[in-house]
Amino acid sequence: MRLDRSAVARFLAKRALLSLATLAILSVIVFLGGQLLPGDVGRAVLGPLADARAVALFNHQVGVDRPLLVQYWEWISHFVLGDMGTSFTFRAPVAPFVGAALVNSLKLAGLAFVLVVPLGIAGGVWAALRVGRFSDRALVLLGQSLGVVPEFISSIVLILIFGVWLRWLPMSADWPEGAGWLTQVRYLILPSLPLVLVFFGYVARVARVGTIEALDADYTRTAILKGLTMSQVMRRHVLRNALLPTITVVASLLGYLAGGLVVIETLFHYRGIGALIYAAARAKDFPMLEAGVLTVGAVYALASVLADLLSAALNPRLRVGA
Amino acid sequence: MSEGTAAPRSLARERWRVALRSATLLTGLAILGFWVVCALFGARIAPQDPYADNLLATLAPPSAAHLFGTDQLGRDILSRVIIGARDILIVAPLATLLGTVLGTSLGLAIGYLRGPLDDLVSRVIEAVQALPLVIVALMALAAVGTSNDTVVLVIGFVFTPLIARTVRSAVLVESDLDYVPAARLRGDGALAIMFIEILPNVLPIVAVEMTVRLGYAIFFVASLSFIGFGIQPPSADWGIAIAENYSLIGSYWWTVVFDAGATASLVIGVNLVTDGLASVFET
Amino acid sequence: MSAERPDALRIEHLDVVYRVGRRDRRVLTDLSLAIRRGESYGLVGESGCGKSTAAFAAIGYLARNGRVSSGRIRVDGHDLATLSAAELRRLRTESVAMVYQDPGRALNPSLKIGRQMAEVFEIAEGLSGGAALARAGEMLTRVQIASPERVLDNYPHEISGGMQQRVIIAMALSTDPTLLILDEPTTGLDATVEAEVLDLVGRLHAELDNSILFISHNLPVVARMCDRVGVLYAGELVEEGPAASVFRDPRHPYTVGLMRCVPAFGRRKDQGRLETIPGFLPAPGSVVGRCIFADRCGNATDRCRREAPPLQDLGGRLARCFYPERAQDLPRESGAGAGPASAGAAGRGAAGPRPGGETARPLLRIRNLSKTYQVSGKLLQAVHQVGIDLAAGETLGLVGESGSGKSSLAKLLLGLSVPDGGGEIELAGEALAGRAHDRSSAQLKALQMVFQNPGSALNRSQTVRRLIGRSLRLVGLFGRAREARLGELAASVRLTPRHLDEKPRQLSGGLKQRVGIARAFAGGPKVVVCDEPTSALDVSVQSAILNLLLDLQRQQQVSYIFISHDLNVVHYVSDRIAVLYLGRLLQIGPSEAVFRGPHHPYTEALLSANPGLEGPAMKRIRLTGELPSALKLPSGCPFHTRCPRKLGEICERQEPPLLPAGEGHAIRCHIPAAELRRLQAGEGEQP
Repeated sequence: MRLDRSAVARFLAKRALLSLATLAILSVIVFLGGQLLPGDVGRAVLGPLADARAVALFNHQVGVDRPLLVQYWEWISHFVLGDMGTSFTFRAPVAPFVGAALVNSLKLAGLAFVLVVPLGIAGGVWAALRVGRFSDRALVLLGQSLGVVPEFISSIVLILIFGVWLRWLPMSADWPEGAGWLTQVRYLILPSLPLVLVFFGYVARVARVGTIEALDADYTRTAILKGLTMSQVMRRHVLRNALLPTITVVASLLGYLAGGLVVIETLFHYRGIGALIYAAARAKDFPMLEAGVLTVGAVYALASVLADLLSAALNPRLRVGA
Repeated sequence: MSEGTAAPRSLARERWRVALRSATLLTGLAILGFWVVCALFGARIAPQDPYADNLLATLAPPSAAHLFGTDQLGRDILSRVIIGARDILIVAPLATLLGTVLGTSLGLAIGYLRGPLDDLVSRVIEAVQALPLVIVALMALAAVGTSNDTVVLVIGFVFTPLIARTVRSAVLVESDLDYVPAARLRGDGALAIMFIEILPNVLPIVAVEMTVRLGYAIFFVASLSFIGFGIQPPSADWGIAIAENYSLIGSYWWTVVFDAGATASLVIGVNLVTDGLASVFET
Repeated sequence: MSAERPDALRIEHLDVVYRVGRRDRRVLTDLSLAIRRGESYGLVGESGCGKSTAAFAAIGYLARNGRVSSGRIRVDGHDLATLSAAELRRLRTESVAMVYQDPGRALNPSLKIGRQMAEVFEIAEGLSGGAALARAGEMLTRVQIASPERVLDNYPHEISGGMQQRVIIAMALSTDPTLLILDEPTTGLDATVEAEVLDLVGRLHAELDNSILFISHNLPVVARMCDRVGVLYAGELVEEGPAASVFRDPRHPYTVGLMRCVPAFGRRKDQGRLETIPGFLPAPGSVVGRCIFADRCGNATDRCRREAPPLQDLGGRLARCFYPERAQDLPRESGAGAGPASAGAAGRGAAGPRPGGETARPLLRIRNLSKTYQVSGKLLQAVHQVGIDLAAGETLGLVGESGSGKSSLAKLLLGLSVPDGGGEIELAGEALAGRAHDRSSAQLKALQMVFQNPGSALNRSQTVRRLIGRSLRLVGLFGRAREARLGELAASVRLTPRHLDEKPRQLSGGLKQRVGIARAFAGGPKVVVCDEPTSALDVSVQSAILNLLLDLQRQQQVSYIFISHDLNVVHYVSDRIAVLYLGRLLQIGPSEAVFRGPHHPYTEALLSANPGLEGPAMKRIRLTGELPSALKLPSGCPFHTRCPRKLGEICERQEPPLLPAGEGHAIRCHIPAAELRRLQAGEGEQP
């Protein structure tokens, strides 16, 4: 798999540029969401009963009475340098909160990812090899049924079973200070299980479809008719083409896991970025809210660039920049 | 492909045949149907008054009198579960409908017209997709305030780009087929081609996508209700009930389990319908 | 020499069924054939006759829902049914190999060619790494690929279709198998490329002395390549024998019908209509207890309809018919001998307007038409400065291989794509706008198109009535008048009222194409562009559609621009022919003149690559090199990189002008026409 260096560099550059563009658009959307949607920010924060002067003073203090473009520029120019503004609630810089929360979320995401991706891919490929038969249909149905149950419900069931009745695992994910990583993993298993349940079906389905298509392809037929054994055919020809679509899906999964776990983090009292965003939303702490949301977007964008890179590495046709 | 291979039966009839034989579709419709009936006639079929407090019988476990037990205020949980279907079965379908109509129109336009419009909208869609839906919903609802109406609007708008993307892919495939230039050659304008020529061919995809989205919508609304950003109290909605009683789960499991089961059954029902529909349209 | 060694392939009374839904559909019935060592056997038939199934059965690879329900297949003496999985794999390595229809898809897009080819050696000879790759390189040289090291390092999408097929052939022959199966190996390849690939297969066959099973629907190709041939019809073998005698002297009415459907080389429309085979192909396995062809056979008697004829041995030949001696007497549609297609129609329709008599202003005038696309920064010239005149009622054939620009030209004419500045299209004296959107209703009605693929050209969600009816809006007909006109149109293309309420899915390919034609004719057009209208159809259906098109032309004085890659069809149908190459017009003139000579060197090569059923009409001209990419056009004459008659530097520097070569005939070459004629006659065109 010799990679032509300049082509890869060009491809990366192009992709990075596209991601930046996407992030820029996202930042505009987030900003407008925070500044425009509420109408009057001060009123939204202080409530309908506060008097007009307090509202005006608030608006002036946080600077929302300035022209939108100025506000946006100030916000984004500081943001990229690491200054994410000041929280309304804590009256302290937002960045450290977001940073710490992000790290936590990544830990949970990482564990769930490491569990669900191999399981899902293995399940999907296994089902594809038995397509049409009972085991295949059972797996697909199982995956789908598990996948549609909302996380908070499966979390509750799992908490009941493992936390209350069996008492095997701790019910909330706040481990003691300075705990070793093994302890941390132990605390994180229960929150990651609902994620595994929900996303197993999702990953397995994509892996299954990709594998079926690869198995039905003409080039697989050629490989079989050349006299290769089935395992040689799978290893050398089928899998690399089958897993291509799975990569994109898995990347978006990573993005979701890193930022979308509001419910899980709340249920398990885990100080991740989802919980942070949730708290900020309840408190109408817009700077915190915007910073959190944009950070999640950035993680997702990064994940998708990595996915594209991996796809291009596996699929030579994508490398053609021309 | 010769002058004569025997002509098959009409497609519509074959699809009906498959539909009526599909266990998944029928089961899903049955479950869905059951909850719709509960939503429409809940008050009348509930065995007891769902709003009647009975402070003498709070947190009673399931028994003959109260099949699902009672909650903190002594209200019959079975009756509350039955009427709890109502709000979610109004909000989720409405949001889905909104998203589908907007998303399909948008997808048709950018898929057929392409050009700079497509480039711009696709970029925006990509940007919005970078965020998990729940985050977007939180932001929007924090800003505009939460009520059933705003939830419908927010979820509807959030779904629009996702549906548009699926419709766009389907429209791209159709635009490659020769009947599109044939239509241009007889003077059909862009609107006619999009809605009269292309739309009927992408309808199956739209239909399946809509039921998929409905499943997500229910999932979504339930989760939002659970964290307080969805359906608002004092509704008997399941998500709210679970949130209110979650802390009691250790000793009073029935206050949570039945509402959870109801939610799960509803989403599974919708999912089965989606599955069944997909296989019907595959013929 | 084959006495001791078993036959390469021996199939005995083979039945193959597919399970569709809940029923079993029998795709092959009682198929028996034997291929001796060193022999090449062609299996021909139309779509759905089961020939591909037979090919895959011979290599032990039936689809998941297919199975052998009775009979035996022996490859190189081994009975396939008795082999274990490991033995079957060994068989596929040593005794039998396959070449596929779509080489691009038969290669793994994520692996380099070298890797895919080396695999065969790794398995068969236990070689690894460098040694296997070296052998792969040797095989590439054997299939005449010029720079093997570069190709080994390429991915499949980086090489052309012709090269991909050579790679597949090289892979298949790597282990010198006893039997080589080729399943429609050249369908989809350009004529000149096809000729090269077939030459290669023939040469390797002679060198390696292997056996060949050649599957095709293309009769002339099979005639050229095979010693013996078997004709399949709806899953049954109806005739078999030495290729030359089967094609010269067929003994089954179906074979006779097929042969008659193909426009013979050199035949023109004024010499008579094309024969067709009436009726419809039965679904395989649906006809039991009587002759499978009886419903469509002009010779059928009661006996044929009551009893299924066995394969009769006619001394080295087989025919599944009760009356093989009467096959040649199969009545013709247009009466014995077949007079001119338009006897007496003022001699106009058939002969077409005299190209020289330009007293009448041409109906369609095209001048300086060009189209350039931007492809990731580079310029692609699809069409370059093409100028053509078309008279009323005339058919202009447009010939060219892939990349010639013929489809782009069609799109420009119809306004589906906007020409570069400076181009003019004039219809009946009026200039046409570049976009269909900007043209008037009258103009849209006057210039219409019949598409290549009827499945894609008809909106599958609409009924036939709606499909044709919407075009009638253009004419301003509604209500009762529309219904009436609809009925007329349907009748004119031989559709019954029942068809009007059906959807495309329920129609066969031929019927769908008729709907497409009705739609094009809805507004009474003056010019219809036919873009490969019969390429997607079976041979027996093609002739019916071509006859229909010609009938309509006669009745309505319509002009056609007829695009096709099939030279025989183009020659039959066209009054004048234009030859395109890389977007440029290389030759244009009356059909006879273009076919007889003098030819542009490219036309010469094209014609020589065209196998007639009676054998090639001229000496084969081999083109060197590959078709240049349209992104990097050669300077000067676009053909100079491959031209066997290249003069020298002038061809590289200067684009040749269109020089006259007779009445209404022009050739774009630096070599004057007279000189070309001399050179081409001198090289001995066979009479």
